[in-house]
Amino acid sequence: MSDHDETRTDGGGETGMEPTFEAAEYADGSVTYPPHTVSPNGADRTGSIDLREYEARVVTWTTSTATPPGVREPNTLAIVEFEMGDGYDGPPVRALGQVADRDGSGDGSEDGDGEQFGVEIGDRVEPVYADEIREPGAGIREPDSQEWDGFRFRPVE
Amino acid sequence: MERVAIIGASMTRFGQRDAWVRELLAEAGAAALDDAGVDGDDLDHLYVSNMASGEFEGQTGVSNALAHDLAATPAYTARIDQTSASGGAGVYNAWQSVASGASDLTLLVGGEKMTHRSTSEATDVIASLTHPVEYKHGVTLPSFAGMTARLYLDEYDAPRESLGKVAVKNHRNGVDNPHAQFRKEVDLDTVLDSPIVADPLRLYDFCPITDGSAALVLCPESVAEQYVPADEYAVISGIGGATDTHVVHERVDPTTMGGVVDSSETAYEMAGIGPDDVDVAELHDMFTILEFLQSEDLGFFEKGEGWKAVEEGVTDRDGDLPINTSGGLKSKGHPLGASGVAQVYEIFEQVTGDAGARQVEADTGLACNVGGFGNCVTTAILEGNQ
Repeated sequence: MSDHDETRTDGGGETGMEPTFEAAEYADGSVTYPPHTVSPNGADRTGSIDLREYEARVVTWTTSTATPPGVREPNTLAIVEFEMGDGYDGPPVRALGQVADRDGSGDGSEDGDGEQFGVEIGDRVEPVYADEIREPGAGIREPDSQEWDGFRFRPVE
Repeated sequence: MERVAIIGASMTRFGQRDAWVRELLAEAGAAALDDAGVDGDDLDHLYVSNMASGEFEGQTGVSNALAHDLAATPAYTARIDQTSASGGAGVYNAWQSVASGASDLTLLVGGEKMTHRSTSEATDVIASLTHPVEYKHGVTLPSFAGMTARLYLDEYDAPRESLGKVAVKNHRNGVDNPHAQFRKEVDLDTVLDSPIVADPLRLYDFCPITDGSAALVLCPESVAEQYVPADEYAVISGIGGATDTHVVHERVDPTTMGGVVDSSETAYEMAGIGPDDVDVAELHDMFTILEFLQSEDLGFFEKGEGWKAVEEGVTDRDGDLPINTSGGLKSKGHPLGASGVAQVYEIFEQVTGDAGARQVEADTGLACNVGGFGNCVTTAILEGNQ
């Protein structure tokens, strides 16, 4: 098993390592987030890139007012597409994530005390790390089965 | 390969029910057997479509339980879970069991018990189908719908009101469905003034949480008339299933449901027809935006034009292509595992001329059942013998 076969996706808070926003690179030149065993065309994985180094644009967004257990309410979510540069000709590299709080809080609390940034389709955004995006164990998912830190998105000034 | 006939069908009343999942399954299963004039011990195979009885109710082993309750032992049984498309996947498995020659008589029952859970809990059970990188952000199926609706309205210059008109149409259809959860018309102002759930979508853009069950009895077409007269059975002339990405944001075009495109191409080819030959359709309108996407991806309308068909009344019950004459998931309700079976039940009623006040002129009908946010899809085409 290679060192990137684990399905670790992003974060790193529990390991004490600097958190990374890990996407996978494949032999056919494509990049995906999250990483998969092979590329959309079946090519082998060759490495990782850190999406913290890239800006993105908002593809679409919503503000959800009926959120599940352990999730801030309201919850503004966006699908963003990373700007991978002229040399990249693979499928779009996108992520879905929460829109960041204006005060920079990352406590994942349910009460939505932090006002969230407003975004529109086409806005430029950048990833910002949060140590707990959703309260582990509050929902149906087994807390130890996945990571709960990760990256929100905030508008680029 | 044997052509497969549906010789019996039933569905329970959908809505908030006192019955638990075992009782709901037995209610629909017994009624379908009665409709076909067969007994439980005549069955070779018995399938139960159910997404999450363990998570919702703490009841697993539902196919074994149903076989016992219907005196169907020793029939082969299996539970089919394909999230919200469990019903359609069950239709596929039941069809496959007969078409392959493995079973001469198959019962399929789809059912779910959900309403004892809070909306938040039920939403989380359904959202548990998502990838960890989506789940941790609190994504729900309604929030996928909100994001997709915003993009669709923006890309195709569609008015927000067109989504509301899907809800108005399907509620109007549901009034005449005695099994529907909501049998009450709503007007456009009510839809557009209802509380926001996932901006730009509002409460009336979403289906309810529902208890209920539906069932079908299938056999080879070659022996169908041994059970029922020719005009009382329908043939599954085409069926297809397909899968799209698990991670929704990785789809190249978020307004296209690849599983709908692929599964319908397979079904059309098997049936030897095209979208223009479909007289009536049941689509998976878990959210109003899904009726637009599916009606386009099934080939009924050009991409980005589905909203115009609703505006122009094409999909009304008296339109050129009636869609969701049952009231759809929107009005009829959406007990996850039952929905795909209930869609086929409605098409069966239509092509056998037994839809009562909902009846439209239909020889050929199509049912499209979607799991996740288009993650897994089945499309079935039925033809009547009228």
